[in-house]
Amino acid sequence: MAALRTALRSLLPFLLAAPVLWLVQRGLDQAWTIFLVGVLVNVILAVSLNVVNGFTGQFSIGHAGFMAVGAYTAAKITVALRDVQLLGLPPAVSDAAAFALALGSGMSVAALAGLLVGIPSLRLRGDYLAIVTLGFGEIIRVVIENTPFLGQATGISGLPGHTTLTWVGLGAVATVVMARRLQASTQGRALLAIREDEVAAEAMGVDTVGYKVRAFVISAAFAGLAGGLLVHQILLCTPRMFTFVKSFEVVAMVVLGGMGSISGSVLAALVLTAAPEVLRAADQYRMVIYSLMLVVLMLTRPTGLFGSRELWDLLPPLRRRGEGSAP
Amino acid sequence: MTEFLQHLVNGVSLGTIYALIALGYTMVYGVLKLINFAHGDVYMVGAFAGYYVATALGVRDAPSVMKAFLVFAGAMAICGLLGAAVERFAYRPLRGRPRLTALITAIGVSFLLEYGFQLPRWGFVPFDFPPGPTPRFFPEPFERVEWTPLGVHLSNYDVISLGVAFAFMLGLQFVVYRTRFGTAMRAVSFDAQVAGLMGIPVNRIIAGTFVLGSVLAAVAALLVAGSRPRIDPIMGLMPGLKAFVAAVFGGIGNVPGAMFGGLALGLAEEFVAGYTVSSFRDAIAFGILILVLLLKPEGLFGRVTAEKV
Repeated sequence: MAALRTALRSLLPFLLAAPVLWLVQRGLDQAWTIFLVGVLVNVILAVSLNVVNGFTGQFSIGHAGFMAVGAYTAAKITVALRDVQLLGLPPAVSDAAAFALALGSGMSVAALAGLLVGIPSLRLRGDYLAIVTLGFGEIIRVVIENTPFLGQATGISGLPGHTTLTWVGLGAVATVVMARRLQASTQGRALLAIREDEVAAEAMGVDTVGYKVRAFVISAAFAGLAGGLLVHQILLCTPRMFTFVKSFEVVAMVVLGGMGSISGSVLAALVLTAAPEVLRAADQYRMVIYSLMLVVLMLTRPTGLFGSRELWDLLPPLRRRGEGSAP
Repeated sequence: MTEFLQHLVNGVSLGTIYALIALGYTMVYGVLKLINFAHGDVYMVGAFAGYYVATALGVRDAPSVMKAFLVFAGAMAICGLLGAAVERFAYRPLRGRPRLTALITAIGVSFLLEYGFQLPRWGFVPFDFPPGPTPRFFPEPFERVEWTPLGVHLSNYDVISLGVAFAFMLGLQFVVYRTRFGTAMRAVSFDAQVAGLMGIPVNRIIAGTFVLGSVLAAVAALLVAGSRPRIDPIMGLMPGLKAFVAAVFGGIGNVPGAMFGGLALGLAEEFVAGYTVSSFRDAIAFGILILVLLLKPEGLFGRVTAEKV
């Protein structure tokens, strides 16, 4: 019974979201679809970065590097499978299967990159991770720009436009479910313990390095997913799309939303994606505003707007009544 | 042989630059245990400060050695002030808070400088500030003379910058190990709380450390501008990253270690890039960082410190 409930908890969001997304996708025009896809990609990025920066209390600022790894892997696969019919399936199903395969491979390769970056830097204190991930984000760009196989600076063009609102929406749901289920698991408790006090956690027998690396790998995989989804909407994959500007945007979302708050990240991703659309005039000030925001938040409210609480924790305690312990 | 000598000369001059920047990282880390992410951008500000002073003095039309001195003095003063201001307004209020908070602030300050300098010009400043994203070119303060001893390409700029860089490093060595300020700085780095109890003005020493590091970054920026005159607002990112690698390599918090690490990194980069593929030059420092973190995370001259609870 408990196992069934757990399975339902993970599956239900997908079952609910799929028809809604499909309906929304049919009813929306081009401009709104582009905007919503942008928001949802940022939701995936922010929530997955929150696993490292929020839950675990480490600080990664190279999320765009893992996006790039996932995006290039997926792009290479979809371009190679462009006109291939898989196992005599109908074209639509075959395309979807190819896309799922590409995204899955993108996630795996990004996870592998996360493992390679995470193992040396996570054995040490958190501030090394920041500079190593920053370096990684820059180096991956240098490597791509010098590799003819990856199209160098011009990138890979002519990607099939597989990304739809449904795909991105399901990706975002998957990320949120992952984060939520992780948070409530033994693994997640270990991560929170590391965030609160790494020495104490280690003394209590938590394998701190192992858990940190696992969290980092999971986070990198979902960044790869976001990258794969993004390039199949833009139909182009260039190193310029994955500079540290992108990483920094995601960091700003996580810090603003609250480190450790999933709903906070979702909300911040929505707000910070919508803000440049609304305030076109302020676009050149965007990065300056983000950096000022970061400094001011750290000086005044270092946990971000929501801290590690969720949005519904701020509502009047309706649900708590049943527990009978509310004062 | 000629090629080897050429790489050696290039490597040493590149290495002294990394060493000068790495010193700022390592000194600040020593006293605050903070990776000052904004340090690479202080280097960038140093280049622009020198550029503005040079423009104000009219170096481009009437170059002179005297003006070169003034450019140095001006850029060093501006960077010193910037370092002190960053410490006072961004880092000092956060002292004693979790380290992650200070780290995020440092990242924020770094991006603030990078993107602040990319803004279009403000109308109310008399000179063209902020400079915007297009690169500027540094004027030459005196005539360039090229020599080729043993087939190695050398200019008077290379010789002078090597001399200046070594002079500043020796000067720093003197300040850190032979003056009252240096002794106080080492005491603060050893244990800030006890140093405070012994009557050392900890705040003033930390501010002084930032000023010292920022001044060295300004010197490094101007020396680079002599041979590579192109300056832009994100020029500090890569040198900053590499200088950090140099500091970690030498053992972060260790002053001679930073000098050694800088030189070693400059030579490694120049030789590896020179003899193999030069397009991956920026990846070399990163590879070294990964290796150091894997094999000897405390660096060559660093102390292994156990975390006290």
